[in-house]
Amino acid sequence: MYEFDWSSIPGALPYMAQGMKISLEITVTAVLVGIVWGTVLAMMRLSSITPLSWFAAAYVNFFRAIPLVMVLLWFFLIIPHLLETLFGFPRGSDMRLGSAIAGFSLFEAAYYSEIIRAGIQSVPKGQMAASNALGMSYGQSMRLVVLPQAFRNMVPLLLTQGIILFQDTSLVYVSALADFFGAAYKVGDRDGRLVEMLLFAGAVYFVICFAFSQLVRYYQKKLKTA
Amino acid sequence: MGYHWNWGVFLQPSATGDDTYLGWMLYGFKMTIGLSLSAWIMALILGAVIGVLRTVPNKVLSGFAMGYVELFRNIPLLVQLFLWYFVLPELLPPSLGNAFKQSNPIVQQFLASMLCLGLFTSARVAEQVRSGINSLPPGQKNASLAIGFTLSQTYRYVMLPMAFRLVVPPLTSEFLNIFKNSAVCSTIGLLELAAQGRQLVDYTAQPYESFIAVTVAYMLINVVVMFGMRWVEAHVRVPGYIGGK
Repeated sequence: MYEFDWSSIPGALPYMAQGMKISLEITVTAVLVGIVWGTVLAMMRLSSITPLSWFAAAYVNFFRAIPLVMVLLWFFLIIPHLLETLFGFPRGSDMRLGSAIAGFSLFEAAYYSEIIRAGIQSVPKGQMAASNALGMSYGQSMRLVVLPQAFRNMVPLLLTQGIILFQDTSLVYVSALADFFGAAYKVGDRDGRLVEMLLFAGAVYFVICFAFSQLVRYYQKKLKTA
Repeated sequence: MGYHWNWGVFLQPSATGDDTYLGWMLYGFKMTIGLSLSAWIMALILGAVIGVLRTVPNKVLSGFAMGYVELFRNIPLLVQLFLWYFVLPELLPPSLGNAFKQSNPIVQQFLASMLCLGLFTSARVAEQVRSGINSLPPGQKNASLAIGFTLSQTYRYVMLPMAFRLVVPPLTSEFLNIFKNSAVCSTIGLLELAAQGRQLVDYTAQPYESFIAVTVAYMLINVVVMFGMRWVEAHVRVPGYIGGK
């Protein structure tokens, strides 16, 4: 039988906490940028200006067609190289965190824009018509009438997507960036205690994601009855 | 910029000499397809069983199914993959664990990846199956019970034939996801499409061509699967129902 030895964990906690900070940093930034850029994309997609809606459709379909791992590899291996040659960035500078944040933000925006588009479309058409009748411009009706209602309905979906994104941040492993999972893996590899560290990392992810998804579910119920 | 484009690189003999770089890509392509399809079959079977269990009026069974779904949904795919690949062989009885560790590394990577993707996706399939069953009008179940069907007969002859047809459209996106998720398996050294892309960058020093080719290959898979599923959807559509999402 395998003999468990959990003694590497206590000493490694500060290092893993630092990793968790990176995971959360990527998650929060990507959620915020993703929602803002996703909203812009959704409005472009629904707009009557054909080039804009084509661009948004192409963007969303492109990012939804390729694996996140591929997007991250582009951002870790190719884009830094491109920036170095184009803008004369210093060679070999560590852009991994920036690359990760940019990659996740652009990728998630495609998924967020689909959620937001459905949210905007779920607001009855009469709302828009009524705001126009009151003399509001398109921008005003969107900002003051349609979007607030749309976002209220979308909050649970946006948060659930955030949980998925938090799980996906572990994929920065492909760049050896020490996020929470990367930190746990490195410690386990160093101490020859990979089994324990991987189980521990899995348990931590489970507790965080499960607790947060229960919160979202509770909020969803409240939203329905309100 | 001073980049030297060279698409001919794919036709050059590879570093190992017995193949071209295009051959490497094709190997990765086949690996991605083979892995995804075998994991998909596993996910469909397990997902259907777990999804049905979630709806049965038995606290133990539905509780088990709920725990199963929550477990696989709340742990990142990468962590699950590492658990199957690095942790499981250690925890198995030594004879079995050693047999696994001594087998061909490609077999090890493939089995761990298939198990991981299959179980991960089965939890998602189960959720779709559950919502398909729950979307049936409750009268169907009540009517079959009233005319004397047992619960298992009700499921077998009345509810599941309907639910499985309703569940096909939402499964399309899970089917697409399994191909995309298979790229994660490059992290344990399985030479599928994404991993071959990385190798090509190292060996050919033509990073743009390699990555563009791999990206296009994934888009191709996506388009083919989408059209294939559209055909399937058209054939299983239930008359009188909206085609789902």
